[in-house]
Amino acid sequence: MTPNLAASFYLISGVLFILALRGLSSPETSRQGNVFGILGMVLAIVVTFLFVDILSSSFIFTICALVIGGSIGTIIALRISMTAMPQLVAGFHSLVGLAAVLVALSAFYSPETFELGTLNNIKKISLIEMSIGASIGAITFTGSVIAFLKLQGLMSGAPITFKGQHFINLLIGIGIISLIIYITINQSNYIFWLLIISSFLIGICLIIPIGGADMPVVISMLNSYSGWAAAGIGFTLENTALIITGALVGSSGAILSYIMCKGMNRSFFNVILGGFGETYSTLQKNKDKKPVKSGNAEDAAFLMKNASSVIIVPGYGMAVAQAQHALREMADSLKKNGVKVSYAVHPVAGRMPGHMNVLLAEANVPYDEVFEQENINSDFASTDVAFVIGANDVTNPVAKTDPQSPIYGMPILDVEKSKSVLFVKRSLSPGYAGVDNELFYRDNTLMLFADAKKMTEEIVKNLN
Amino acid sequence: MEIDPFIFRLSIFVLSIFVGYYVVWSVTPSLHTPLMSVTNAISSVIIVGAIVAVSDLSSEVSLNLSNTLGLIAIALAAINIFGGFLVTQRMLQMYKKRKKEKLK
Repeated sequence: MTPNLAASFYLISGVLFILALRGLSSPETSRQGNVFGILGMVLAIVVTFLFVDILSSSFIFTICALVIGGSIGTIIALRISMTAMPQLVAGFHSLVGLAAVLVALSAFYSPETFELGTLNNIKKISLIEMSIGASIGAITFTGSVIAFLKLQGLMSGAPITFKGQHFINLLIGIGIISLIIYITINQSNYIFWLLIISSFLIGICLIIPIGGADMPVVISMLNSYSGWAAAGIGFTLENTALIITGALVGSSGAILSYIMCKGMNRSFFNVILGGFGETYSTLQKNKDKKPVKSGNAEDAAFLMKNASSVIIVPGYGMAVAQAQHALREMADSLKKNGVKVSYAVHPVAGRMPGHMNVLLAEANVPYDEVFEQENINSDFASTDVAFVIGANDVTNPVAKTDPQSPIYGMPILDVEKSKSVLFVKRSLSPGYAGVDNELFYRDNTLMLFADAKKMTEEIVKNLN
Repeated sequence: MEIDPFIFRLSIFVLSIFVGYYVVWSVTPSLHTPLMSVTNAISSVIIVGAIVAVSDLSSEVSLNLSNTLGLIAIALAAINIFGGFLVTQRMLQMYKKRKKEKLK
């Protein structure tokens, strides 16, 4: 296959990837979009096989590696639970990052194979491209590993901060840039390895100060990084499919990060610099205890049965308790009683963008009953019961009233406007932002202190 | 003077960022998780680089460092490709419209 023909096919594969993302504009077209994505991938791989001599003895090795990796991937994909989606995605990001590092390294060690020059005499522009690709790939790798550990609970979700942290990060950052410039003068192995090791290091340093509930931003950001790493390698290999894909993924992750930050009314840098939710919690503790109304499953069932409309507000607590199936049963019983049920999802509910929607879909909740914040917020005022399960900060009216509060200005779900609020929660403890939720103490709020799943199951029993 | 091919690639890159920008904004928020898993899968097209890294392998010479790294990269990317597309498919299968209540 001639290089020109191969390049044309790579372009087609890039277009198929664009169509794959385009399909996600609605659930109906999404499955077709995924097929486009698979076609694009198959095309890119087949073209590469035809381009590098298929009959060479490398073929069998390649196929072996493909089969091994493919089987592992297939097993993981079929077995993973939907609740574990955030850590799975973080884990996958780390693999893209590591693959980028490995490809850059192998191009560095045998530039002849990639037609980039000869050993120690690689074209300057290619050197810069592969250094950038390798560096971002390395950051993606270690950053995603840390994110994975935090999400999987193998590492505390609490932010790790120490004095001079930002200064150290800045130093390593400057070091990385200097190394990329220096490598164009001195193509030594040591420099390249030093570059990769410093990038590994900064990947760790960047993610450890970011707390558990900021993970939606972290995952989106790493998604973006993995794209830029792929694009960097794409430039090195002069491969259009990789450049297009890298740009798509890079901008996709960046947009998601933006949406997540906006959902919390925090700037990107505020999230990245980390340590959120530590300082404020101490301020709140000396407040006097206010009376709280608490109830049981029977009260909740009675209240909802007699309502004409109920809005369910799920949050991360629902995911942790795996309460989505019980919740769907509850909604079904309510519907049988003629109650109108809908779901309200806040952009940052859960640990990754769209996490709640997937969990509800898993529990067979039809997607046209699930609404985004801007589409449902005005409905709370005319709703009888808001059922908050596992969400907290995103419902706190303080975000609208108290300029002193750390969550002031965050767009919240107007739960407090509904006639009564049912709040399923283990205790009165404040949410991630460390802010006491004013909603707990309102007259029309009934607290249901229990595990989300157990409480929902009991409500279902009482409804039937 | 001839234009450096790098400029062509840069043009593709910049335009693709814009395409990505508009396409991703049109993705419905309820599909943001599948969006992440599918972008994950497609960014593993980096496998083409790994395949090239292994391509100079011949039966006479044993694996060099570059080939070894390439093979590992192929396996890693393959995990992502299969895992990413499959898990996306699994998720998308779950998104269903409201059934007609009477059919139940």
